[in-house]
Amino acid sequence: MTKASLDVRANIALAMGAIAGAFSLSASADVTFSGEFGVQQRYYLQDALYPTQPRAQGSLFLQPSLYTEWNEGYDSLVFTPFVRLDQEDSERSHADIRELLWLHAADNWELRVGIGKVFWGQTESLHLVDIINQTDAVESVDGEDKLGQPMVSYTWLHEYGSLSAYVLPYFRERTFSGLEGRLRPPVPVNTDKPLFESDDEESNVDFALRWQQSINSWEVGVSFFHGTNREPELIGTLNEMGEQELLPFYRQINQVGIDVLNVSGDWLWKFEAIYRAAETDNAISPAMGVPLTPESEAIDYFAAVGGFEYTLVGFMETTYDLGILMEYQYDERDNNFFAPAQNDLMLGVRWALNDQDSTEVLVALIQDLDDTNSRGGFIEASSRMTQNWRWTLEGYFFAAEDPLKPLYFVRQDDHIQFGVEYFF
Amino acid sequence: MQIRTVSLMLVCVSLLCAGSYAHADEASKLKGLEIATERKSRDMGWGDSSAEATMILRNASGQEASRELRMQSFEMLEDGDKALTIFDSPKDVAGTAFLSFSHAREPDEQWIYLPAIKRVKRIATKNKSGPFVGSEFAFEDMTSFEVEKYDYDLIREDTFDGEAVWVIEQTPKDDFSGYSKTLVWVDKSEYRARQIEYFDRKGAPLKILVLEDFRLYKDKYWRPHSSEMINLQTGKSTRLITNKLEFDTGVKESDFDKSKLRRAR
Repeated sequence: MTKASLDVRANIALAMGAIAGAFSLSASADVTFSGEFGVQQRYYLQDALYPTQPRAQGSLFLQPSLYTEWNEGYDSLVFTPFVRLDQEDSERSHADIRELLWLHAADNWELRVGIGKVFWGQTESLHLVDIINQTDAVESVDGEDKLGQPMVSYTWLHEYGSLSAYVLPYFRERTFSGLEGRLRPPVPVNTDKPLFESDDEESNVDFALRWQQSINSWEVGVSFFHGTNREPELIGTLNEMGEQELLPFYRQINQVGIDVLNVSGDWLWKFEAIYRAAETDNAISPAMGVPLTPESEAIDYFAAVGGFEYTLVGFMETTYDLGILMEYQYDERDNNFFAPAQNDLMLGVRWALNDQDSTEVLVALIQDLDDTNSRGGFIEASSRMTQNWRWTLEGYFFAAEDPLKPLYFVRQDDHIQFGVEYFF
Repeated sequence: MQIRTVSLMLVCVSLLCAGSYAHADEASKLKGLEIATERKSRDMGWGDSSAEATMILRNASGQEASRELRMQSFEMLEDGDKALTIFDSPKDVAGTAFLSFSHAREPDEQWIYLPAIKRVKRIATKNKSGPFVGSEFAFEDMTSFEVEKYDYDLIREDTFDGEAVWVIEQTPKDDFSGYSKTLVWVDKSEYRARQIEYFDRKGAPLKILVLEDFRLYKDKYWRPHSSEMINLQTGKSTRLITNKLEFDTGVKESDFDKSKLRRAR
């Protein structure tokens, strides 16, 4: 058994223990117990590109949550562990503490200490500004699942907006599909050998600041981040056996971000932009035991996304809402595995039936404007079956013919996923 | 609302707006506005309230689904009220919170907090005519009654449930309203809205709201503990039952802040 799978088992055992403990704790009076679990089945529409990959993939997850408050609700504690068990991919079987957070709320300030989750931004197709939490990339293609981030955060609430400061004492590495997983480069990313620019590695202390304000029909946010980049660069190298492998390299960066929303009648205009600059222009240091990367990547770059959401309420004399979404995505980097959005257009339709079961369907197409053969698309639908059960349907589609395009690696990974989730 | 503003509006109605309502009688419009103004003034000064409610949604074939929600309201004397609604069930939306600032003349401001992704989203203004969580109530039906939102006309005097009432026609001034007009049955004894009939943009009857089980709070303020909205076109209905209602709960205006949605539980 490899070290990785042992780690996974230890983590999952730990999480199971925590969940069992949580159950018994919730028996006491003032603790609210809630959560969800689900079973999902994925089916890939094409044969796998790489020999170890499956055609179908079943998995289940459990995410209970415990909440208690005291001091008339001014203090609260939330604990939300998470476990995923995947039938095929040992890297996708993983556990995490999504939240273990103490919140002290006063009239005009808030203090949060522990493991938490923070969302920044306004756009739908990309979340450029959002940087506090690491992406739990094995969970979903959309990148919206996040790992719990250790933090101390102070928010000052003022009539001129809210100002939040974050100290992030521990870095979470991104998750990646393993050898038996799909949706990955030809060689899996070896998450057991991460490379850090900082000598403190994952213990490097990161800092962030954000100001956010609503001004009539505007929502404006400005943010700054200093620390370990959540998005690694992938370094191709050879392991001890002389086999190719990809190592994630986490650089030190500074990032400024702005996010803006304007509401005007049935139009929502949304915009986000970041400028991300490397602390140093170091590539990989030879001291890390890895040869320097031959080509220097663009390590200082600008990226932006902007567009609108137009909602037709009561579409065609029904009670349906039909939302039309369009966003343009720009990224100065070219052909980076994590930046397929370098000059792309997203077109989407969100259909809300406004029925008892809260049925919703979102369909979108993302077209590369530089290459008509490179595009991606997705569908997300869900509806309630009973008060506690919900079904979900997701589908992702990728097309690329040019080997230099980021989507080329996953061009055979079109898949649909059906799931049922139970909420308690 | 200030008395000064009201009298200004009375002048406006009698001098300027008269021409645009050829069918309505000058006196009946003035009387309609007077009743609406009195209805509002009798309901001023309540401060803040906190309610626990159950919404029962029934579709045309009689299938029911329920939602448990908590609503906090804060009275704004110079403007529309502020309200925070938090869902406790169905469980998949538990913790979802709506914050709304209702405005008399400007578009309302609304935000929704989605706990699963910790995201606060602004809602488009026009969504006000859309259904509130799949119920027969529209967002705009959930916001506070403000005199400035409508033009008024007294249609007739009538009896409702054995009580003398005025039937007032209200025409929304907001282009984003889902209604061409509403008819409101206001009882003469307490100036309470007892029944409201809503007409769609084409002028056809759309919904009817019956308000019942009125209880008196702070010796002055009447609140219905049960109301049922029936969709006349689809046969669907939604009953809103108030299980608990308290006033002067100690909430402050600053608690109705979208930055504080993340701590709403």
